[in-house]
Amino acid sequence: MKKLILSTAALALTAGFAMADVVRMGTEGAYAPWNFVNDAGEIDGFERELGDELCKRAELKCEWVKNDWDSIIPNLVSGNYDTIIAGMSITAERDEVIDFTQAYTPPDPSAYLALDAGLDVEGAVVAAQATTIQAAFVAEKGWTLIEFATPEETVAAVKNGEADAVLADKSFLDTMAGQDGLVMLERKEAIGGGVGMGIRESDGDLRAKFDAAIQSMKDDGTLNTLIAKWEVSSQW
Amino acid sequence: MSCWITIQDYAFRSIGFGERLLPREDFTLCQQFTLIGSGMIWNIYFGVLALLAGFFLAVALAVGKNAKSPLVRKPAEWFIFVFRGSPLFIQFFFAYFLFLSLKQAVPIFAPFTAAWLGALVVLFFNTAAYSGEIFYGALLSIPKGDTEAADAYGMSGWSRFRRIVFPTMMRLAWPAYTNEAIFLFHATTLVYFSGFPTLKQKGDALYYASYFADKTFNPFIPYPILAGYFIILTLIIVGLMGLINKRLNRHLPQERRGKMKFRLNLIR
Amino acid sequence: MFSYCSDPSTLEGLTWLSCYLTTGKHMGLYISVVTVLVLLAITAPVALLFGFAGATAARSRIAPLRWLGKGYTAIVRGVPDIAFFLFFVIALDQAFEWLRHQVKCPDWDAPVRQGNDFVVCDIAKLPLSSSPQWVHETYGFFLAVLTFSIVFGAFASNVLFGAMRAVPQAQLETAEAYGMTRRQTFWRILVPQMWVYALPGLSNLWMVLIKATPLLFLLGIEDIVYWARELGGTKNPKFTDYPHGDWRMWYFLALLVFYLTFTKVSEVVLDRLMKKLTHGQATSGGEAQRKAAA
Repeated sequence: MKKLILSTAALALTAGFAMADVVRMGTEGAYAPWNFVNDAGEIDGFERELGDELCKRAELKCEWVKNDWDSIIPNLVSGNYDTIIAGMSITAERDEVIDFTQAYTPPDPSAYLALDAGLDVEGAVVAAQATTIQAAFVAEKGWTLIEFATPEETVAAVKNGEADAVLADKSFLDTMAGQDGLVMLERKEAIGGGVGMGIRESDGDLRAKFDAAIQSMKDDGTLNTLIAKWEVSSQW
Repeated sequence: MSCWITIQDYAFRSIGFGERLLPREDFTLCQQFTLIGSGMIWNIYFGVLALLAGFFLAVALAVGKNAKSPLVRKPAEWFIFVFRGSPLFIQFFFAYFLFLSLKQAVPIFAPFTAAWLGALVVLFFNTAAYSGEIFYGALLSIPKGDTEAADAYGMSGWSRFRRIVFPTMMRLAWPAYTNEAIFLFHATTLVYFSGFPTLKQKGDALYYASYFADKTFNPFIPYPILAGYFIILTLIIVGLMGLINKRLNRHLPQERRGKMKFRLNLIR
Repeated sequence: MFSYCSDPSTLEGLTWLSCYLTTGKHMGLYISVVTVLVLLAITAPVALLFGFAGATAARSRIAPLRWLGKGYTAIVRGVPDIAFFLFFVIALDQAFEWLRHQVKCPDWDAPVRQGNDFVVCDIAKLPLSSSPQWVHETYGFFLAVLTFSIVFGAFASNVLFGAMRAVPQAQLETAEAYGMTRRQTFWRILVPQMWVYALPGLSNLWMVLIKATPLLFLLGIEDIVYWARELGGTKNPKFTDYPHGDWRMWYFLALLVFYLTFTKVSEVVLDRLMKKLTHGQATSGGEAQRKAAA
């Protein structure tokens, strides 16, 4: 990953506006191991640890906010929080609406989970979370897509026969594979770039800070350790 | 011209015909009108079927609630209480998860987890309970003279019910029942916002309206379109039910005919 | 919560359940139940106020005001309420921000609606993006209360309008004969007497309002529906001390029972209130009471 050069224009835009004292981090809280709500009712997971570390390195005070996935981008744009850190893949379509930091996990293929290992997904009913890259992928292929609001529901749909397979990030499905007869299919789909933090287009300053922090975590290897700990993706 | 193509592409999108992918960018007014209108097919489907089926169950419930034997009365009372006493939104959620569990045990329940059947069943029970209560109220206010006259003519049992009680009950209940019908059509918009999943992005009018509102971040276009469609639908229902009302009251002198009064849209 | 909860995997039966039901996550559910009650407690009087204003406007002698009052009820009542809930929250939020934008940043020349974005200057944001989490939550809740009040205000307005017309004309004529002004007649005769006629409609409205509270879910508030779905979902032993299968059905069953109990209690209370209010009134209800006593 090459270092991103800060755009001076972006800096000029935000000049004069005092940096908010608290940076609000928006996440979904329903996508273990990336982010989830633990027994104590707090946000936990890979991105919680990563985000806290990034804020420490960037010397920011951070606060965590939960938001439903389907409205997570609109609410960032309208300023309800300042960043999205919710396992969101960097795509060209999203990049038109918001900006991304550099990726903090490398691009990983998406995988299928089904009850039958020999399933042919092209003729099957495939579940995916609404407004994800996976849902867009299935819709584009013209297969039978069935959408759910939360990732949890997509897997439940396979278990109870509503759908034949679910398409999602491999690391998310890894936590469920092997339970209740769920198996991972051989077939993988290379969709999406790496996962990065979403930031408003006008917030170049904040983006630069997080970019630098992610870079420093990449450089000293702590990011790889964290990835290994939560098993979210391949290593850098 | 291009709008005509959009209509061809999307007019029946909600039931799976035409263009597969929903519009992604450069949303036009035409697209919004067409797709939201297309979604209305589902609202009408749910509303009409639930209303027709619910009517018969409602009559049975009203008669049941009026029965002397507690064996008949109690179940009818409880049915009405459960469906009228809890939010339809929660009923949808619960029914969906209930059908999921039933499906594991009895394969017959498999189609019930799809909205077209599962949500229809919930709406059917729900409207039956609300209309049942309306009919029961009407049953209680049947003029004493009417039933006494029936007795005097030696009518009893089925013929007394069919010729005297039932027509009068309908006549008295009809204005309130019209409201219930309007109410039911509005409630159909809840289906795709509760547990029931959307298959192949085939949703109802509100599903598409909120799709556009999400994508354009501008609620001021899709929701008024939706509102427009519903106002038209409401007017049609009022018209049709008014015709039936006229027929039900045709034997009465002009000034005594039941006037239709509408109390629109109360959430359940 | 309890001291014996430190290692739930060794627990069984009721002890396990007592630990499970008192996790921090479940507290979220209980708090959301309180939220519902608070919402009801605030919305009911505010909606009544809206309704009173609407009904008064609909009776006004000034035509535009009358149209406003009648239009308000007609529009809100003719459209599915859920559409209003989805619409009003965004619309109100944008309206407030736009108003603040006009006041606070008069020399901003870029358009507010840029393609898909709604852009106002930073200090016009509501709430300010730097404010703490509770301010954001309260603001969201406030929008919800306002939306509920607008929608239910329209229903209440309809009920009150009918109730005002139900007050016997003779009462008003008598007031006029005593030389009361229109305003005096309204406040001293009409308003005190209309409540008994309004109560059946208002209690029906209260029931409907209770049953509308799960729609909070659609307004993006973490309400009981959100928590029931979240807590009921399959829990993986990797991420929790209390793994379980798909329990959503049971959570929603609990919600169903909660609402049934709530409506039943309301029914009983409202019945008593009605009995009290009809006592001695010249209505068929009051007449029935008199006959029963005699």
